[in-house]
Amino acid sequence: MKKGMVIDMKKKKGMKNYDRAGYLFVLPFVVVFLIFSVYPVLRTLYLSFTNTKIAGIGNASWVWFDNYVRVVTDKFFWRALWNTVRIWGVNIVMQLGIAFLLMMVFSDIKYKMKGLGFFRVIFYLPNLIAATSVAFLFKTLLDWRYGTFNQLISEIYKLLGMSYNPIDWLGTATYAGNTIAVIQTWMWFGNSFIMLMAGVQGISKDYFEAAAIDGAGRWTVFGKITLPLIKPILLYVAITSLIGGLQMFDLPYLMSDKASASYNSVQTVVMYLYKFGFETGTTQTGYASAIAYMIFLIILTVSIIQLKLFNGKEK
Amino acid sequence: MNNIGFHIKKSILYIFLIGLGVVCLVPFLLMMVNATRSGVEITRSFTLIPSSHLKENWDTVFEFFDLFRGMWNSLLVAIPATLLSVYFSALTAYGLAMYKFKGNKLIFTMILVFMMIPGQLGLIGFYNLCTKLHLVNSYIPLIIPAIASPGTVFFLRQYVMSALPPALIEAARIDGAGELYSFHRIVLPIMSPALATMGIMGFIGNWNSYLTPMIILNKNDKFTLPVMMATMRASTDIQSEQGAIYLAVAISIIPILLVFCFFSKYIISSISAGSVKE
Repeated sequence: MKKGMVIDMKKKKGMKNYDRAGYLFVLPFVVVFLIFSVYPVLRTLYLSFTNTKIAGIGNASWVWFDNYVRVVTDKFFWRALWNTVRIWGVNIVMQLGIAFLLMMVFSDIKYKMKGLGFFRVIFYLPNLIAATSVAFLFKTLLDWRYGTFNQLISEIYKLLGMSYNPIDWLGTATYAGNTIAVIQTWMWFGNSFIMLMAGVQGISKDYFEAAAIDGAGRWTVFGKITLPLIKPILLYVAITSLIGGLQMFDLPYLMSDKASASYNSVQTVVMYLYKFGFETGTTQTGYASAIAYMIFLIILTVSIIQLKLFNGKEK
Repeated sequence: MNNIGFHIKKSILYIFLIGLGVVCLVPFLLMMVNATRSGVEITRSFTLIPSSHLKENWDTVFEFFDLFRGMWNSLLVAIPATLLSVYFSALTAYGLAMYKFKGNKLIFTMILVFMMIPGQLGLIGFYNLCTKLHLVNSYIPLIIPAIASPGTVFFLRQYVMSALPPALIEAARIDGAGELYSFHRIVLPIMSPALATMGIMGFIGNWNSYLTPMIILNKNDKFTLPVMMATMRASTDIQSEQGAIYLAVAISIIPILLVFCFFSKYIISSISAGSVKE
């Protein structure tokens, strides 16, 4: 007995020594994390309560919630938010819709479609390319007068014996937002599809076999097994897409033109933040910081609502 | 009869899939064809037959900017950032998974919190910090922060907990191996599939990144590829040369397509892994 206790104590003491090595392992992470992640977030919070014009230049004073009051009453901020939500909304419906449809096709127990590996690669391809390259590719393809896309449509119309009046896809307010949403969908549906498909493949084969023995039809299997079991992944895709969508910047920024009539319908919140945070001439660091926190609060609220909705339905 | 219906329906589904695949690829096809055509040819009519103006377009592109310089700069940022991110995330993940020390839970909670925080929240403070440290126009703010990548740590921590038997480390300790030695000799090799996945995804992310480099870099010779590409936005000279724009886009995406040719399996599996979190 005694002997056992001694060994036990030694072991415990030994373990403690080893555990101390843990600090060494996480130290570089913690240092860099505090400097380059935590500090900037707190610094932005501090700046959002000041009237700093350009950080480091001139005097700034503490203005409490003035910047936040200004954001809330700034109709251009709300317009930018509405633009972001509208573009994201159109995008997510199409993106998840296509991904969901593809998942249904590939998980169908009757048709047993082949070529999943091949199609996954093709569908994912657009997602690899830098948004800057995608932006210029489509900006040029969609050029109103000389773009290849309008020429292609015109050729098809000609074949049908009709004439086509070229549409300015990026220059008119009615089309610009939806055009960007479609391009965004083109870039991301493959990604969503792969995630949903991974969820389906993660479902134990036993369920499907049991269902087959019971003679369940394919719609029953889909509705009673596949759908409920991939719901968490659907939620995950929806939330990550929302967080990403509200931060939309590269595509609308590069594809829009300040002089164009459509600019006011595609300016997103992060573009608005960029205008006050970094663009020469319009820099108002304090105000931009408040905008950043407003975007964060909105994302947080919507994520929580989404989580609640999904969990509520389960009961 | 029923059988014929089945095959027809199945064929329709395949046609749908192929159609969607065509939609994914056609913009690239048009890009490649148009990259060989002159601006005048492109504005005049639509065709899928390549022309002979590749050389002129090439000259126009490289008169405007040096894309190879941009690629080199992107490599100078993306490679060190990826290596640092993978190595230090593995170190941190192992530290969090294997050792019980004060603050372990707190660090993990912070990681979860920062995974949910949108990237632009700290952007202004980040730029402010870089100005104070005189790091504007330097690659340091694009590389060093990669040491702390919450998402990568989270993923690797899950991996360590599922793939690494603690008994292995205990056995190494009995043999007198130091903690860091065990990490380098035992843990890293076991983690290598996950490290490769994270490395490739990290590289693509770094390579394609636009907003942060654009804010930090303001000298032409320092521009990474996406920032350099974006300078086309302000130039009217090159915008009248559609063929040159197509060629520039084509050149800019070739490196990432090559990466994809070799690593598509890893890339697809890492997206799958991202969704099936236990």
